[in-house]
Amino acid sequence: MNRYPRWVYITIAVALVLGLLYTLPNFFGEAPAVQVSTARTTLKIDSTVLGRVEDALKKASIQPTGVFLDINSVKVRFADTDTQLKAKDVINQALNPDPQDPSYTVALNLLSNSPAWLSAIPIIPARPMYLGLDLRGGVHFLLQVDMRAALSKQLDSYVGDIRSQLRDKNVRHAGIARESNNIAIQFRDSETRDRARAVIAEQFPDLQLVDADAGSELRLVASIRPQAQKRIQDTALKQNIQTLHNRINELGVAEPVIQQQGLDRVVVELPGVQDTAKAKEILGRTATLEVRLVDEDAMRSNSTINVDVFPERKRDGSVSNVPTKRQVLLTGDRFTGAAATFDQHQQPAVSINLDAAGGRVMLGVTRENLGHLMAIILFERGKGEAISVAKIQGEFSNRFQITGLFTPEETNTLALLIRAGSLAAPMEIIEERTVGPSLGAENIKKGFDSTIYGFAALSLFIIAYYAVFGVFSALALCSNLLLLVALLSMLQATLTLPGIAAIALTLGMAIDANVLINERVREELRGGATPQAAIHAGYERAFGTILDSNVTTLIAGLSLLIFGSGPVRGFAVVHCLGILTSIFSSVVVSRSMVNLTYGSRRRLERVPIGNTSWK
Amino acid sequence: MEFFKIRHDIPFMRHALAFNVVSLVTFLLAVFFLATRGLNFSIEFTGGTVIEINYEHAADVERVRKALDARGYNDYSVQNFGSSRDILIRMPLKTGQNNADLSKAVMEGLTADDKTAKLQRVEFVGPQVGEELAWNGALALFVTAIGIVLYLWVRFEWKFGVAAIIANLHDVVIILGFFALFQWEFSLPVLAAVLAVLGYSVNESVVIADRIRENFRKMRKASVTEIIDNAITRTISRTIITHGCTQTMVTSMLVFGGPALHYFALALTIGICFGIYSSVLVMAPIVRWLGIRREDLVKPLKEKKQEAVI
Repeated sequence: MNRYPRWVYITIAVALVLGLLYTLPNFFGEAPAVQVSTARTTLKIDSTVLGRVEDALKKASIQPTGVFLDINSVKVRFADTDTQLKAKDVINQALNPDPQDPSYTVALNLLSNSPAWLSAIPIIPARPMYLGLDLRGGVHFLLQVDMRAALSKQLDSYVGDIRSQLRDKNVRHAGIARESNNIAIQFRDSETRDRARAVIAEQFPDLQLVDADAGSELRLVASIRPQAQKRIQDTALKQNIQTLHNRINELGVAEPVIQQQGLDRVVVELPGVQDTAKAKEILGRTATLEVRLVDEDAMRSNSTINVDVFPERKRDGSVSNVPTKRQVLLTGDRFTGAAATFDQHQQPAVSINLDAAGGRVMLGVTRENLGHLMAIILFERGKGEAISVAKIQGEFSNRFQITGLFTPEETNTLALLIRAGSLAAPMEIIEERTVGPSLGAENIKKGFDSTIYGFAALSLFIIAYYAVFGVFSALALCSNLLLLVALLSMLQATLTLPGIAAIALTLGMAIDANVLINERVREELRGGATPQAAIHAGYERAFGTILDSNVTTLIAGLSLLIFGSGPVRGFAVVHCLGILTSIFSSVVVSRSMVNLTYGSRRRLERVPIGNTSWK
Repeated sequence: MEFFKIRHDIPFMRHALAFNVVSLVTFLLAVFFLATRGLNFSIEFTGGTVIEINYEHAADVERVRKALDARGYNDYSVQNFGSSRDILIRMPLKTGQNNADLSKAVMEGLTADDKTAKLQRVEFVGPQVGEELAWNGALALFVTAIGIVLYLWVRFEWKFGVAAIIANLHDVVIILGFFALFQWEFSLPVLAAVLAVLGYSVNESVVIADRIRENFRKMRKASVTEIIDNAITRTISRTIITHGCTQTMVTSMLVFGGPALHYFALALTIGICFGIYSSVLVMAPIVRWLGIRREDLVKPLKEKKQEAVI
């Protein structure tokens, strides 16, 4: 009656072994490490960087305890913080010969001490839980992107664009003006208005046009279509996130998190950063983009007189110098968009949009410099780098393409770089949380202490009250904790202080299931059932109740997960996962222990579940 | 060990009216305090800045006040936080000042005054965020309540759903009443605790509802009152032991968790204590009052069919 088929035991054993395996990395703690990541979007981290780091350390006779290469960084682990600090300087000198213009970000970091074979597990590597900022210390910012400003900027550029289009097509209007979220164009006769409408509809498909006469005045009112508005806002947000990425690289943060939140917000999390003032200043700064003509005479003669020289990174990794004229033709704020695309020969290209003023400048420049070279220069940290040098193939104004022997990946990068140089819309910090590292360590200790002491007290009571069945219950609770921590580590969910509180609370609530079962078994025994029948009935009858009560708890947990934000989310994630693991461990795991111990005994005289004889 | 040597069913329902009067009075008191004193919302909801500072020696709150006054701040509060060496400064949002940079300016002032001042924590919440959080919190509460009613309706009967949610929302109001009475800070973790307690106390109602249903099947001749009394009596030991266990964990948080978890644990404690009372002594009378009948829970036709299959 109380026997499980063999596969159930095997499943439980596998679950527990996996649980142990994935919980394991959390026990090893963290070692000081140095992390090298790229400071420029044009540079990639690969095995040559790894080689350079290793060489530098060997020369300085510093012995690392481990060197790792992943997709975007090289991480080197050291035995103690002294070596870590020494190594940071050594690596920094080796990789960044010019301290004014670093190519790589060398940052201090903490790396899990867990053995390599754990993180080498295929599919889901075993890694320690990801600690939230309130546990490891750091800065959290929530930035709001001013979408109205993004749309307003776009409308302004439409005003100029419409004006120049109408002029080009010889359509005479009586004035173009912005009216809050619309553009109003006035006409003298309706025939001209019809022509203008046709021109605008053809050239600007993102605008919707309405006739709106004011008194005797003939007017056409244009507004941005809702889909186009959404697209403009999306692009603005993506562009701002990219810009933030570039700037945060400067801070040398080991694992920054930059994420979109909702429609118009960006979360920036910088673990370990203490200098919030500097972080804020850098987030608020603007990178710039400039378009200049290449001085081809200087290029041939290698002269540097009266020219500015910018480095250009070639595809093969070599760097060549591009001398440009001093005159700046365009700056980043004239760019309204850049996207990877394909030209008419189906070759990868980057399409660029300028606003009307930029278009006019471009028209003049291209007319006079056909066949000459033009350079786009991105300024980061006050240092310029030529990100594109291209021959002017024809006359163009506000829309053009940069073509050449690109791969699609390269066009993506270039489009990103161009967008990064222009800030799409202003941003404002609307939430900030800074936690010092000592407070973080303290929070871990407090959360850990309350869980452990509570757990110990709970187990003692349960064992005293329910005897051997209490031991099973306590062990089931242990397996619950094990599985929960393993699950959190597997999912790499962020653990916060409320998250630790949720672990404690979940354990405190999970015991409910075992109390229900044990009470039921006692009741059956008192009612005169045989020991085996009582165990069986106890588990069977309690199960429905356990399920119902956990579902209601889960409803509360899920709505917290959906509507909660920040620290509460951390609580909700742990709470919901904890409910799932507790059903498994308190019902299946505890039953398997009972079945293993008593299930095979043909004559079970009594069930050691505490006092059942008082009746 | 056995704490509950109860031989006869306790006539809970005989005193139902008295229990309902008690809970009504508590509820009205809670509403009264909420209305007159209101909740002391944390800056997460109101917007503002909180700065936690640690000194190497016992912090002199008066001196901090003076340093802040000298810098022209007036609308703030300073208090010790956790230990005598830690202080917490709260500042409201103000138009016309750069709220995001406030913490930096304040820190500069305080380190100039005392070099051992060390920044532990800054929280700044702009006005846009606070409103949303309050709205989302209310929404979470509402969705949870509706979800639980629907689930209990499907699993049991609408009468149980309604009774359980009345009983447990009454708990929520009482927790909030405590927070209003003592002006404890109502923060996001406290909201999480309130919702967790809501889900948890419904467990009680589920356990009792389960028993009532079972009793309707088993005790064919018993009256509704007897059935409810028996269900409560037979689950009372489980109710108290479970709550005791959960409270052990929560007490441990209250003792070892430090100031960050203090109000969270406090909200749970109140919720757990009132949860026992309300789900047993509020939910059951409401179910009876709503007129629960055997036919609501026991569907004889269905059962016969199942037996025939076996």
